[in-house]
This record gives sequence, C-alpha cells and structure tokens, in this order.
Amino acid sequence: MDPMIRLILAQGMLGLNNGVFYAMLSLGLAVIFGLLNVVNFAHGALYMLGAFLALILYSNLGPWLGIDALHIGFWPALVLAPLMVAAFGMLIERFLLRRLYKLDPIYSLLLTFGITLVLQGVFINFFNASGTPYPGMPDSLKGVVNLGFMMFPKYRLFVIVFSIIVCFGTWFIIERTHIGARLRAGTENPELVKAFGINVPLMVMLTFGFGTGLAGLAGVLAAPIYSVSPLMGANLIIVIFAVVVIGGMGSILGAVVTGFSLGLIEGITKVFYAPASNTVIFLLMVIVLLVRPQGLFGKHG
Amino acid sequence: MTDIAEFEAETAPETVKRGRVVQGLAWAVLLAAVLIAPAFLYPVFAMQLLCFALFAAAFNLLIGFTGLLSFGHAAFFGGAAYIAGHVIKVWGFPPILGILAGTVFAAALGWLVGMLAIRRQGIYFAMITLALAQIVYFFALQMPFTGGEDGLQGIPRGHLLGVIDLSQPLNMYYFVAAVFLIGFAVIYRVVHSPFGQVLQAIRENEPRALSLGYNVDRFKLLAFVLSAGLAGLAGSTKALVFQFASLTDAHWQMSGEVILMTLLGGMGTIFGPVVGAVIVVALQHMLSGIGSWVQVVIGGTFIACVLLFRRGIVGEIARMLKVGGWL
Repeated sequence: MDPMIRLILAQGMLGLNNGVFYAMLSLGLAVIFGLLNVVNFAHGALYMLGAFLALILYSNLGPWLGIDALHIGFWPALVLAPLMVAAFGMLIERFLLRRLYKLDPIYSLLLTFGITLVLQGVFINFFNASGTPYPGMPDSLKGVVNLGFMMFPKYRLFVIVFSIIVCFGTWFIIERTHIGARLRAGTENPELVKAFGINVPLMVMLTFGFGTGLAGLAGVLAAPIYSVSPLMGANLIIVIFAVVVIGGMGSILGAVVTGFSLGLIEGITKVFYAPASNTVIFLLMVIVLLVRPQGLFGKHG
Repeated sequence: MTDIAEFEAETAPETVKRGRVVQGLAWAVLLAAVLIAPAFLYPVFAMQLLCFALFAAAFNLLIGFTGLLSFGHAAFFGGAAYIAGHVIKVWGFPPILGILAGTVFAAALGWLVGMLAIRRQGIYFAMITLALAQIVYFFALQMPFTGGEDGLQGIPRGHLLGVIDLSQPLNMYYFVAAVFLIGFAVIYRVVHSPFGQVLQAIRENEPRALSLGYNVDRFKLLAFVLSAGLAGLAGSTKALVFQFASLTDAHWQMSGEVILMTLLGGMGTIFGPVVGAVIVVALQHMLSGIGSWVQVVIGGTFIACVLLFRRGIVGEIARMLKVGGWL
C-alpha cells in the first residue's frame, strides 16, 4: 500500500478515536439542550469526574477503606462511574439548575461554568495537576490488532465500537421508543405534556442525569487512553462547543455524525499540517458560520 | 426586563433628582479613590485594579447594555497585551503608541469575531466567542513573537511623551489612572448617547428594535468592536504595568473572571464592574496563599451570584436607594 494512504488511514483511525469523545459529549449536550434549553458548561468537568471516579475506584478506594488489595476494575467502573456522575448531575439539576429555568439561559451557562471551576479546583488540590495514568486496563483489551494498514491498540478499537453502540442506542431510545416520544413532546410543549399527566420535572431531572451520565461514561473510556488530569475536560469542552456550533444542537444523529467526522478530519489534518490540527475544528466552525450559520444539521437560525 | 411600572418609577421627577445626587456622589467617591489610592495601596496593585476595572467596564458594555454574553473577551485583553508589548519592546515605539496599537488590534479583532458571532444569538453567541478566542489562544501559544509558555517579558515602560519617566511608580500610576478615567468616561458617554439607548432597546427586545427600523446587526457589531477595543486598552495598559504579556491573560479562564467581576458588581450598572473587579482582584490577592482553592472560591462565588444575587452589589444598592439606572 502507498505509504501516504497508509499514513492517512492510520491518522484517520486515531482521529476517529478522538471523535468518539466529541460524539459522546456533544450527544449529551444535545440531549440536555433539547429538553432543558441549558448549555451545560460543566459537561467537560463531568467527563473529567468520570475518569477520576474510575481511577479512584481502582487505586484510591482500597487504601481509603484500609483494604489495600481492593481494586475495583475497569468493567465495574464502566457501570458505576457513569451512574455516580449521573447522580451528581441530577443533584445539580434538582437543587441548582431548576431555579433558573424561568430566566435567560445565559444564567444556567454561568452557573455550570461556576460548577466547572469548583470541580477543577477540588481535583487540582487532591490530584496531580499534570495527570495520572489509569492502571486498570483489563488484560482482555491489552495488545494490538492488525488492521491491514496499521497495528491498532485493541482497547482503542473497543472504544470506537462501544461508543458507536452507545450513540446508536441513545438515538434509538429518543427517536424510536415511548420514553423518547414523551421526551420529544416535552421539548416541544412542556405544558401540554404536563396536562397529560406526565411528571415533567422528574423527566427533566432524569434527562439531565442521562446526559451527564454519558459524559461520565466518556470519561471512563478516556481514562486508559489519556492520563487522568483535572484539566482534561476544560480544553475538551471548548472543542465540543465548536462541534455543537458546526452540527447544530437540533438533532441527535447530527451531533453524533458531526462528532465522529470532525475527529476524523482533525486526525487527517495531522498528516498534512500538524500545527493546524489544534485549530482546524475552530476554523471549520468559522466556515460553517459564514456559509450556513444555523449549523449543518440545525433546523432554524 | 423592565416593565412599565418600573419605568415610570425610574423616570418620576423625585427619582431623577435623587438619582442625580447619588450618581454625583458615586462619581466623587470614584475620583477620590482613584486619586488617593497610591497612598494606601502598592502602586502596582492599584494599577492592576484599574486595568481590570476598565476591562470589566468594557465587558459590561456588551453584557450589561447590549445583552450579549461574550465568553471570549480574554482574546482582546490578552491579544492586545502581546501587540502592545511587541510594538514597545521590539519596535522601540513610545508607550502611548504601543497602547494605541494594542487597542486598535483588539478593535480589529473584535470586528472579525463580532462579524462571525452575531450571526447566531443567545447561547450560541457565547459558545462561538469562546471557540474563536481559543484560536487566538493557540496563536499566542504557537507564534514565535509571543514567547509561548514564557510570555513576552521585559517590556520597557519608557517615557511618556519623551519627558515623564514611567519607571517611577507614581508617574506610572497617574498615567494608568488617566487611561482608566478616559476609558471609563467613554463607556459612560456611549451608554448615555442615542447609540447607547438603541443598544439597550436591543437588549430589552431585539425583534422590536428591528421592527422599529434599526439595523440591529450593525449596532451589535459596533458595540462589540467598542467593547473589544476598550478591553484591548485595558490589556495593553496592564502589559505596560507588569512589563509582561502572558498566556494567562488570553486564557478562557480570564474570560470567565471578567464575567464574574461584572456579574458580582452588577451587570448593566455604571459602577458595578469597577466594584466587582476590585473585589475579585483583591480576593485573589488575599487568597493567593491557599493555591488552587482560589479557583473553588471563584467558582463558588459564581454559583452564589447566579442563584442569589443576580443584580450584583451595585444593582442591589441601586434598588435599595430606588435609583435604578443611575448607578
């Protein structure tokens, strides 16, 4: 195979790997925005929280409880950490965000920004600011797979496949089930849905929990790949915002497709002009704003 | 935001009278504080307060008087600092020209960012400004002239108009005080001009302002350029004060801090951003011993302001004295 094509494919795969996190996070943002009209700035911080919970479950919980041999591994963490993040998210919704729904949405953006600073500050105090590697990667996912054009880490392949399933599952729940129908109805007209006897505040709380749980899940998936650091979410959330502006927050599928493709584009940019790979997503956002301001999948301006 | 009863109360003759007196007093307190500050504070600290106060007041022009939340104002503040520093240090220009260059750069950058951001509204506007400011941050990180992680160091203060030695702390202080007062007066003037009235109309009801025949986008863009330029004035001056331009000034966290200053002091008030800036900067100084807990305190203040205290300090005082709009 031509080495150039091989390089593009290889960087594309790595880019797709970043795209996983863009897709899962912008999906959660879109789900939350759809029902609550809230842009959750804390989404990046909750992703960081998910990664830290996985790390804590493996490395710190045992010593804290005085049982040094206790390591709660990757598979249990993949379930436990997102649930904990979702619970935390629901507390935020119930006790803080709920007071702001009648106001301009910028207040909820500012509130979640404050939460981001608090979470970051706390973790910087207790953990290494420059990052800690996650030691709990399961043996079954260690090693590499031969993709024909490159040797690809088995774990990263698992992350790509797993997240596609999660994204598709979310799309299916929201677009094809009764629960999803109620959710979409709640987005369109909450008063009417209330009149049908559906507990809308509860639905809102669970939706926020679901969206933040997705962020937590992305965090657990990221832990074995990137080092777990208090600032891992901060830089990501800004990229996610650009992804969301490009895709438009109107559609679930749009968020997922945009997330994966932008990861891919970012990866391929590395082949041609590496210094631009940091900014290519932002530059694409500029182009989209000039050509189609409502976003690629946006319904209205 | 303002309903008719509130509007009538605000324009009643006795309110106007009281408002004039209270505002006059506030101006007197501000002028006196600016003039005598060096007697009580370290000049550099006092200058830092003035720079951030101007930055927050410039930011307030957008959020408070036009209703636009920019989450990228650090790009103008920090970007202008690099330009001013480079022009003064490398090109050897006098300090005033350096500050002017930083201001013009920030206004031009504001025009570009504003052009793009006003294509979307509300929450998207905030996200777009944040993302565009991140491009500026990456430029500041990667371009050779900015010094990357080290920043641009050793900017000479030079002589004002070739005569007054700005390396003398007091000379520098009164120069910064003059810059602050000029910038602050410009903002006051803009807010109380017919142009400023249209901006407030856009804040209150954009579709109505549009239907009255105002070119809303042009007004928004001009407000954005003014705000960015004045933020650049503050940033350039700060670079001269500290003789240093750094990545911190261009980082998104700085954009967050200026929001907090304005929110805490009172969005849409005249004196609020100054009060907010003084409190936030003083808080950071006092808490500098506790390391990253400062961030937790700042974040907690944010949450408290949004939940309990949306009018801000000056906004609450104005409400208690029944002089809404005058402070």
